[in-house]
Formats: sequence, structure tokens, C-alpha cells
Amino acid sequence: MEAIGVDNLRKSYGSVQALDGVSFAVEEGEVFGLLGPNGAGKSTTVRVLVTLTEPDDGDARVGGHDVRRDPGAVRRTIGYVPQDSGVDGLGTGRENLMLQGRVQGMSGAALRARVDELLELVGIADAADRIVKTYSGGMRRRLDIALGLVHRPRVLFLDEPTTGLDPEARVAMWSEVSRLAAAESLTILLTTHYLEEADELADRLAIVSRGKIVAEGTPRELKGRLAGDAVHVELEDGAVEEAQRVLANAGARPEQVLDGRTVVARVDNGSRALPSVLAALESAGVGVASVSVSRPSLDDVYLHFTGRDFGAEDRGE
Amino acid sequence: MNVARDTWFMVLRQARNLRREPIWIVMMIIQPMIWLLLYGQLFKNVTRLGGFGTGSYVTFLAPAIVVMNAFFGATWSGMSMIYDLDHKVIERFLATPASRLALVLSQIVRSALTAAIQAVIILLVSLALGVRIHTGVLGWLVIVVAAILVNSVFAGISQAIALLTRREATMIAVANFIGLPLLFLSTTMIAKAQMPGWMQTAARFNPVDWGVRASREVVLPGTSWGSVGWHLLLLLGLSAVTAAWAAQTFAVYKRSL
Repeated sequence: MEAIGVDNLRKSYGSVQALDGVSFAVEEGEVFGLLGPNGAGKSTTVRVLVTLTEPDDGDARVGGHDVRRDPGAVRRTIGYVPQDSGVDGLGTGRENLMLQGRVQGMSGAALRARVDELLELVGIADAADRIVKTYSGGMRRRLDIALGLVHRPRVLFLDEPTTGLDPEARVAMWSEVSRLAAAESLTILLTTHYLEEADELADRLAIVSRGKIVAEGTPRELKGRLAGDAVHVELEDGAVEEAQRVLANAGARPEQVLDGRTVVARVDNGSRALPSVLAALESAGVGVASVSVSRPSLDDVYLHFTGRDFGAEDRGE
Repeated sequence: MNVARDTWFMVLRQARNLRREPIWIVMMIIQPMIWLLLYGQLFKNVTRLGGFGTGSYVTFLAPAIVVMNAFFGATWSGMSMIYDLDHKVIERFLATPASRLALVLSQIVRSALTAAIQAVIILLVSLALGVRIHTGVLGWLVIVVAAILVNSVFAGISQAIALLTRREATMIAVANFIGLPLLFLSTTMIAKAQMPGWMQTAARFNPVDWGVRASREVVLPGTSWGSVGWHLLLLLGLSAVTAAWAAQTFAVYKRSL
């Protein structure tokens, strides 16, 4: 069964084309990741799906309901954990949860029991009656997720669930999300600009770049499309073309050039190929500042499908 | 009904938040007292000019201070909307079935309820200062209703400005810009007979003055219930208009998302 279906969504803000024909589908029970740098259109896609933003064109369905024709039904079906929380800082965790449940039409003992259950589930029961302002970043994020789950939604949207968390809290959140997905039998759509996060959490993912989906598949499939390991050769004097020629002769496949001085090439087995590559560069007189070998990562996948460096793109360069 | 139910939930939320900032409660109570005591003393002898309908300036002033306070409070009510917009509280509720209208109306209702509570406190202090309300309990009720309506009129405008500009600095500028002029273009502090002709004319179109007129009628002897009813009706009509404007600007805000 299809939980989320998106066909050719378009949305522009002024002259900025935020979504330029986005299409994908998510099956029930799946954890689906939208991966891309800041400003790629991930959040806009989510905002259309949770009925906050009207698309200019295209169709989207969540839980079988059309987001434009039947937004009310979509809102009852989904939980939304926005990027910027939206928690009422002057309320306690419990008060925030109770109100969220009430506007979802819950009440009385059933609501109180559900709130208690969620406070336990996300691990903030001890702080339930403290004002949210006093929460740590990680606690706040747990509350955000609990808020999205109060009314037992079938589909949960997590927009950048771990942005702003320290690495330890991030890893804790990952296991939390996996556990919740199973415990509440949820379909989850999450956006992230952390490659490790997509790799860790998503059953399937789509890479978003400049309002378009450039690749889609399981993390393993996407990495599999890149044959071999990546060798990054940083040059001393930027003799890029010379280096590419030498690398090609040494049996490596040059792919991209980063910052005008680092040549990326692909080889079947990095550790085995490295000595001959270095020897070839040295005998050709190409000055090498540093060399590194890496197994295919989503970083490489991003580079491969967009021709752009993920980190630089994310920083808006 | 969803609108009424959700408005109530949101009002409770805002009231609770207000309670958690005790400094606001103290300000809300102290400030009108200062107006009442300061102006009451400063202009004590002004009644000798005539046309005040009473020799006691504080009796003349008290019902108007209730309305003035309701008016000032309303001009700031949009700040709470800006806080909720900035902290994305509104967006979180927009992704739920919560009534959209309730998100705006609750701000106006909360503001008006605050004005009603302040009105009672000011009237109690006035009582201690020797002010007697000629029409008794009914008069108290009229004054509180006038405070609620004047507050609603301007809270609607304040919400609309908050939703259109979404900036605190703009809100402060607007509140300061309309606050004192509308106060002085009314009979709040001075009898109509003592105002220049053009100001008397301007005051007739000033909703603050409508509230002052209705409130003062019930305090002083010779109450004209027709005038009370008419001015309250004008305020009721205008508050419906400004609430509709606020709701319309909320739709504009949603489209910008």
C-alpha cells in the first residue's frame, strides 16, 4: 500500500524555484529519507505534504488523501515534527502534549493515558512537569517527536530530526526513531542533510538537489552504482590535467575535480591500487600534497549524481 | 463546535503563559492605578471649567480610565501573535485539524478577557477612592462590556498588523503612533464642552470615545440608555469588522507559507 505519493510537485517563491518537479512514492511501514543540502527543497516538499504550503502544480497524497482536496483528512492522518520545533516554551512538556491531543480531538482519561505513555516512550517522563524552556536540546527534540505522535498517526514527518543536536544526542535519537517506527508501526518520511543519518535510518532514500530528485534507491543500491573506491589526490601545484592523464594511465578512472586542486578518481580496490598510483604520479613529476582512499559513501553518491561537493553545497558555496 | 472549542483551548494556553510571567500581571494591575491616581490628582481642579456633570474629577475619570486601559492593552495584543509566529507555534497547529479561525480569535478573546479583569480591579480601586456608579450593578456591567468591546476592536487591528508585518519593531511603532492621538481625540480626560470644535467632531468617529461615552453615562446621574446602547452597538459592529480583517490577514499569512 502506498502511504505517500508525490507527482511532479512544483513550487516557487518569487524567482526561486524551490520544487522543480519532485516525484516519489513511499510504501506503508517504510522509513524514507530525503537527503540533500540546505535549500535543496526537502523542507518545502514536507511542508506541502503536511498541508502547510500549497504547491503551484502537481499532486500529493498522504494516507490515500489528497493534500489539496482533503487537507483535513491528511492532518488527522499525519504527525509532523517540524525543523523549528514549534513547542510552547512557557508550557510544560505535559501541557504541550495535552493541548496537541485536544486539538486532535482527544480528551479525558484516554488522552491522559496516551500522554503518560508517550512521555515514557521518548524518555522525558521525569521532566514532564517542567517548563520546556528549561529542557536541553535533546529533551526538546524528544518532546517534539512525542507531539507528533499523540494522536497515533499512521505517517510521521520528521524534518531534520537531529539538526542542532550534539553527536551523542544524535546517535541516541537515531536508535529512538528506529524503535518508534517499529513500536508504533509507522511510515516515516525524514529529511536530513547528514549523510550518515540517511544511511543509518532510511530503508530507501531520494537525493534532492536544487528542487529535483536526482537519485532514488536503498542506501546500498545507491552506493552500489559507484563501482569501486574513491581516491582523492590533492595536488601541490594544481596540475589537474596532467594528474588526470597519469591516473588514467595507471588504471584509475578520474571523475571530478574539487576546488581546482583535488582530483577524484575511482579504482576497483583502493588499498591495492594506491602504491602504483603514487608511483606513477611521482615518476611523472606531479607534486602530491595528500592522498586519501575511501569506500563509497553517500558523499560520493551525492558527488556522483550532482557533480557537486555535498559539504560545499550545504554551506551554500 | 470546533471554533469555540479550539478557541477556548488556545485562550487557556495563553492565560497560563501570562500567569507564568508574573511581572506582566503586576504591570497590568499597577499601571492603570498610576493613571487613575496621577491624572486624578493632576487635573483635580479642571471640573471648575464646567460641563463635567460632576464636581469630582476622579468620578468623571474612573470609567474612562477603564476604557483607556482596555484600549492600550489591545494595541499590544499582536505581540503575542508575533511570538507564536516566530516560535513556529502557529505552524505546528496548522499541521493539525485545529480550527484556523480559533488561532486568531483566541488572541482577541484572551486580550479582551484581560481587559475585563483589569476593568473590575480598576473599578474596585475607584470605589475605594470614593467613586460611586450611579446606575449600580448594571452600570458595572456596562463598563466591563465597554472595556471588552473597545479592546476587541483594537485587538483585531493589532492582530492584523502583527500578521501583515510579523515584526515586533513595527508593532511598537504602530502602538505608539495611534495610542496617544486617539486618547487625546476623546473625552477621556476632559469634558466635551471644553474641547475645540474640530476635536469634538473627530471624537465622534473615535471608537475609544464611544467606549468612554457609554461608560461615563452609567456613572454620572441623568444616564441616557439610548446613548449607552448606541455606542456599545457601534463598538460591537466595529469589533466584528476588525476581527474579520484579522482573520483575512491570517489567510494572507498562510498563503505566504
